[in-house]
Amino acid sequence: MNFDLTWMAWTWPTAAFFATILLLLCGMAVWEYAAPGGNPRVGILRFETTRGDRLFLSLLGSAFIHLAWLGLVGSNLWWALALSVVYAIGVFRYV
Amino acid sequence: MDKTWNNKAWFLVLPVLVLVAFSAVIPLMTVVNYSVQDTFGNNVFFWAGTEWFEELLSSSRFWEAMTRNLIFSFIILAIEVPLGIFIALNMPKKGWGVPVCLVLMALPLLIPWNVVGTIWQVFGRNDIGLLGYYVNALGIDYNYVQDPFDAWVTIIVMDVWHWTSLVVLLCYAGLVSIPDAFYQAAKIDGASRWAVFRYIQLPKMNRVLLIAVLLRFMDSFMIYTEPFVVTGGGPGNSTTFLSIDLVKTALGQFDLGPAAAMSLVYFLIILLLSWVFYTVMTNYDAER
Amino acid sequence: MGGANERTERNAMNGSAATEGLASALSHSDLDRRMRRRGEESRWWWIVPTLYIIVLLLPIYWLINMSFKTNAEIVSSLTLYPHAPTIGNYVTIFTDASWYSGYINSITYVVMNMVISVAAALPAAYAFSRYRFLGDKHLFFWLLTNRMAPPAVFALPFFQLYSAFGLIDTHIAVALAHCLFNVPLAVWILEGFMSGVPKEIDETAYIDGYSFPRFFVRIFMPLIASGIGVACFFCFMFSWVELLIARTLTTTDAKPIAATMTRTVSAAGMDWGLLAAAGVLTLIPGALVIWFVRNYIAKGFALGRV
Repeated sequence: MNFDLTWMAWTWPTAAFFATILLLLCGMAVWEYAAPGGNPRVGILRFETTRGDRLFLSLLGSAFIHLAWLGLVGSNLWWALALSVVYAIGVFRYV
Repeated sequence: MDKTWNNKAWFLVLPVLVLVAFSAVIPLMTVVNYSVQDTFGNNVFFWAGTEWFEELLSSSRFWEAMTRNLIFSFIILAIEVPLGIFIALNMPKKGWGVPVCLVLMALPLLIPWNVVGTIWQVFGRNDIGLLGYYVNALGIDYNYVQDPFDAWVTIIVMDVWHWTSLVVLLCYAGLVSIPDAFYQAAKIDGASRWAVFRYIQLPKMNRVLLIAVLLRFMDSFMIYTEPFVVTGGGPGNSTTFLSIDLVKTALGQFDLGPAAAMSLVYFLIILLLSWVFYTVMTNYDAER
Repeated sequence: MGGANERTERNAMNGSAATEGLASALSHSDLDRRMRRRGEESRWWWIVPTLYIIVLLLPIYWLINMSFKTNAEIVSSLTLYPHAPTIGNYVTIFTDASWYSGYINSITYVVMNMVISVAAALPAAYAFSRYRFLGDKHLFFWLLTNRMAPPAVFALPFFQLYSAFGLIDTHIAVALAHCLFNVPLAVWILEGFMSGVPKEIDETAYIDGYSFPRFFVRIFMPLIASGIGVACFFCFMFSWVELLIARTLTTTDAKPIAATMTRTVSAAGMDWGLLAAAGVLTLIPGALVIWFVRNYIAKGFALGRV
């Protein structure tokens, strides 16, 4: 056994990406600890969602927004990122 | 059942978490890493940014495979679900016939997938296969190796043969949970066969049908082994589905970057579908 | 459950209200005839299942048929049964190590996977069925996504991962890789069975002074024995039928029988008889295990966690 990790081919951007996800999850755990129950409510999707569901929807939606941006507009993803943040705020506000 | 709130339950989940993290999270992270880089082997990687994704999203090959996959899934659903319901309705409810039917019907589900492919590869051949030989003897020109349409028919018939039993078993499980009293009441009312189906059996099968549809959709969306064995994705590219295309790129050509990008897009689609599946299921249960 | 029953009953009543006028208009003899006719219909219940089963068995029959033929007979003409039956194909498989070791390899990793999956899933399923905890629903969903993930996506990184750990071509590599979809599966099946066990049993046992591990092994596991059986069955099934990952992770020493078969197919000069015989032998373990769990299959599927 060796613990050589070169095969995983880490790069700074991807490491930062996963660190962000991890931080978000930790943040959610802390939030849940501070205000338990997950703030369930029925939003525009007409079924009950908790803030965990909303985070998941934001992340998944952002992924698709980025893909759509790449496919339809171009490779400048900062705009897609901005759009995703707007989308995430929308999800947390209305879903 | 009301459950107690207890965060120590995390310790019970820990083994599963470690196991699945090892076999799911690490590979997924690797895929993400590969998807933004290029390599010439020997673990030497170069930053490629979003190149692979752009290439993928603008390649007709990917969209064609995706379209084929969707068409395939819808045909499968349109055949297997009604057929499965029909057979389940005609299954015996008690007696010696029940275990016999269940065991024989479940048999195709237990055959290794490539053996399923092999069985149909042989069965459909027009020189040594029963089906191919007699279809040709009937005067229909049938050759799944050369004709794309025949290849599609073969793969669809094979999938129906392979998986309809799953729909049958699910529907049957829903049907046997209907108390006899319901049928007797319907009988006394002189309800037609259709009315019995529409107002008694169908509502009882709702949940299992939902499971059946979603399971069949997702499984047919990632079908790989069976069509690969039968047609190898051909003739031409006519039966190249997403999985087949992906494995060709990843393990055939060892193009890590493009394969990883494709994996990620594929995985995101599956993730979305799974979420829809899970949400529909849990909300359906909650409504009850 | 209660709600669903009520709703169905109400539906049934709506249906009955619609047909009420009709029913009262019918004389008793009419009603009798109607009921008799329905009785007669049910005498023909076996037609549809029988036809379906015949269709299911035909390709399998063809495979078995071919496995008992010589290659000369297969290629020369289409015969509906072996005119010169031979067991030569089976003899080849049972005497050639490169063939029969395939079976041993397959069964080894399938059993390893079954044990690992169910052992890990038992406590987790208990946690999911008895407790609520931070992020439980999302964890459950995450497990589901792994069951749904296409093996093709994982084939490449698995190859890299197990190469890095030097586990390529070992049984444990395939067993661990199959845990990806079998562990979630086992958790869901077991959770369904465990939820059916009243919670009072746990509480009584704790009051009687049982520790958790002792309670779990001595009292709880016997109660859900059938659930464990069903979970084992499904783990067996999905590990047994999966080929893509198993083939990717093995080269020679742990090569599953299914992969051995594909190699022979691509070899020059198709040995159809041998291929068919190998295929027939892969059907047997499945047919055996399905017989043991026949009474639970429908229930296992219906739990909706497959």
